Amino acid sequence: MAMGAQVIDLPAMGAATVEEPAQDYSLFLHRDPAGQAEMAFAIEGVDCAACIDEIEDAAEAAPGVVRARLNYTTHRLTVCWDAKAVPQPAAVMAALVRAGYRAYPFEADRLEAIEHATSRHLLRCLAVAGFAMMNIMLLSVSVWSGNVTDITPETRDLFHWLSAVIALPAAAYAGQPFFQSAFRTLKARSLNMDVPISLGVTLALGVSVFETLNHAEHAYFDSAVMLLFFLLTGRYLDHAMRRKTRAEAGNLAALKATTANRIEADGTLVTVPAAAVKPGDEVMLRAGERVPVDGVVLSGTAAVDESLVTGETLPRRVAPGEAVHAGSLIHDGTLRLRTTAVGEDTFIDEIERLLDKASTARGRYVRLADRAARLYAPVVHATALLSLIGWLLAGASVHQAVLIAVAVLIITCPCALALAVPAVQVVAAGTLMRHGILLNSGDAFERLAEVDTVAFDKTGTLTLPEPRLAANRDVPPGLMNAAARLALASTHPLARAIAAAHPDAIPVEGAREVSGAGVEAIIDGLPARLGSPSFCDCEGLAAQRAEQEPDASLVAVRLGHQSAVLEVRQALRTDAVAVVEELQREGRHVALLSGDRTAAVAPVVRTLGIADWWAELRPAGKIAVLESFEARGRVLMVGDGLNDAPSLAAAHVSLSPITAADVTRAQADAVFLGEKLAPVATALHVAARARHLMQQNLTIAVVYNLIAVPLAIGGFVTPLVAALAMSGSSVIVTLNALRARTGVPAAKEAP
Amino acid sequence: MTVLLYLVPAALCLGLLGLAAFLWSLRAGQYDDMDGAAVRVLQDDDLADPRGRR
Repeated sequence: MAMGAQVIDLPAMGAATVEEPAQDYSLFLHRDPAGQAEMAFAIEGVDCAACIDEIEDAAEAAPGVVRARLNYTTHRLTVCWDAKAVPQPAAVMAALVRAGYRAYPFEADRLEAIEHATSRHLLRCLAVAGFAMMNIMLLSVSVWSGNVTDITPETRDLFHWLSAVIALPAAAYAGQPFFQSAFRTLKARSLNMDVPISLGVTLALGVSVFETLNHAEHAYFDSAVMLLFFLLTGRYLDHAMRRKTRAEAGNLAALKATTANRIEADGTLVTVPAAAVKPGDEVMLRAGERVPVDGVVLSGTAAVDESLVTGETLPRRVAPGEAVHAGSLIHDGTLRLRTTAVGEDTFIDEIERLLDKASTARGRYVRLADRAARLYAPVVHATALLSLIGWLLAGASVHQAVLIAVAVLIITCPCALALAVPAVQVVAAGTLMRHGILLNSGDAFERLAEVDTVAFDKTGTLTLPEPRLAANRDVPPGLMNAAARLALASTHPLARAIAAAHPDAIPVEGAREVSGAGVEAIIDGLPARLGSPSFCDCEGLAAQRAEQEPDASLVAVRLGHQSAVLEVRQALRTDAVAVVEELQREGRHVALLSGDRTAAVAPVVRTLGIADWWAELRPAGKIAVLESFEARGRVLMVGDGLNDAPSLAAAHVSLSPITAADVTRAQADAVFLGEKLAPVATALHVAARARHLMQQNLTIAVVYNLIAVPLAIGGFVTPLVAALAMSGSSVIVTLNALRARTGVPAAKEAP
Repeated sequence: MTVLLYLVPAALCLGLLGLAAFLWSLRAGQYDDMDGAAVRVLQDDDLADPRGRR
């Protein structure tokens, strides 16, 4: 590399008045049969009860709106327009901005809709099981107390029949989730936890009906229904956690959703959601915008920053005929693109191929609960069978032996086991959410807890996604102020970095763009310029600085006779050094895998004290390095670029910042918010604690079985004992799970 | 013990009533916004302001 530093033209955009294109949100509008139009928005800035009124009033004041309803839990607003009026989403959004809130058009994805329906079904099953459990218990307690006093056999039979009338339909309805899942698994010639559950419930009900027919003292209707109730609770908790994280992720996706300036057939420009653009459409891109689709350049030239695509921080010049990828940032110039791919199809072929391969490898991981189930089902069934044979050999009647075998099946049914993992997951996911970490997958905890190697990407992960102005000690304040004022007139990313560092600068009037060079204006009677070094006559100084600082981008500024060169570079996240040090102190191996130039990676590695690093890696190279790590231990990959997507899928577990490319975020097990790196360490701590509690819970469940099973085999388990044992162990496990709220280093709340 | 003949059905009917009420409230969307319901109850925009302004 002869010359590491980049020297870039800096044209002004802000000075020229660009007319705002019309907006088209018809993609998000839904019409109900009555003709009313409805649209959902994700709202940013809802933080108090008074917001509800303000937002709903502001939205309802917009023309044609009949109803606006804010969901305070999910921060989503549903607006309904009159059938006769023309829906104007832009008017509602403008009204909300005036009220101080930002609204983003929102479209619930299909997966979220399915999850919502499933969770409602689970809740209905839970309600039915709860109703049946309470009413049968009313009858059972009467029978139990009657058995030790003076209940007549006729009354007992009546109570048992009544229990049967409640239990059989209730179990048929509330047991659906288990029966269906068990059936599917058996059809696939496999075993899961639902097989022993379904078998236990069915046998318990069958035997109870048989016993009732024979006027027996005991029936197990209450046990069967109570079992379903506790198991459904566990299942619902598991579901609720995933639904909540998905809803949160859906809002974030709406907040991040990109828009595109589509060129219509008549040549006008219309702003549409990126999702409305189809392959073949032409879109217009201007400096400072992110490319929303894959496309081929029809006209115009520009420098594009592809750091989110390849990790490379040096911009690339594109000319007509070349391809531009979604996620790239336009530095300067204007492009007219013909769309080739949109949305989830915006893959680079290489990435797509690697991703397919990596995802199949990930599928091999078996969840803790499933591993327990594989061990569990055969053991339970064998125990029940053995006790049946044992009692028969010992000379018991067939009737007595079957009763005992069924008691074994009931008592071992995995109530506590089914609650052990989801209860901890729900509580721990809540803790993570408070720290600004959103989970994509429920089993991420187990995998996070096993991590001993942390591999970071550099650009956008260890560094902030936007470039920052480096500290310039030797620049006079007057010159710096001029640079900041001129920078406000440009949309160039480097100029924005300068402007961001000086938020109180006042825009200069009459700033003029010099194409391909920079911005100039008159400040306090002196000619002032901001742009490429040649534009400001300080090439010598720039060349000298470029040698010292090979990883920085240089911008020159001149005011009268004074001139200076400013460095803009990818700055590390503020707590990156501390977090890397903490991870290393805990005995974890930290590595850095970057697609960027060696010259840009080396200083970062030096600052952070990472011994193991690779630069200029292709996506396949990153996977190869990860595989060499996996041979020794478990790897957590943290990355944000499109080029990281395959390695995120290949790693044992993965994290990405919320600013990551869409494809990449979808591959990550969890997403973290904010400008700090601390969530990486927090996620590891919370996961370690959650895993500890899960194991503790599983131990409790096992100990419970160790005590209960011998009792059942011995024939001492009456319905009363079964009820006490099952509810007791479930309550203990749930209470233990609540401890996941505590014991995580505080002081790391999300910003 | 003939009292059971109407006490037990009465208990069951009450239970069923509760179940029906829950299923209705679920269908009516009362569990969609748990946090919102808690704060909406504090709003007094349903009262007419005596001074004629909001």
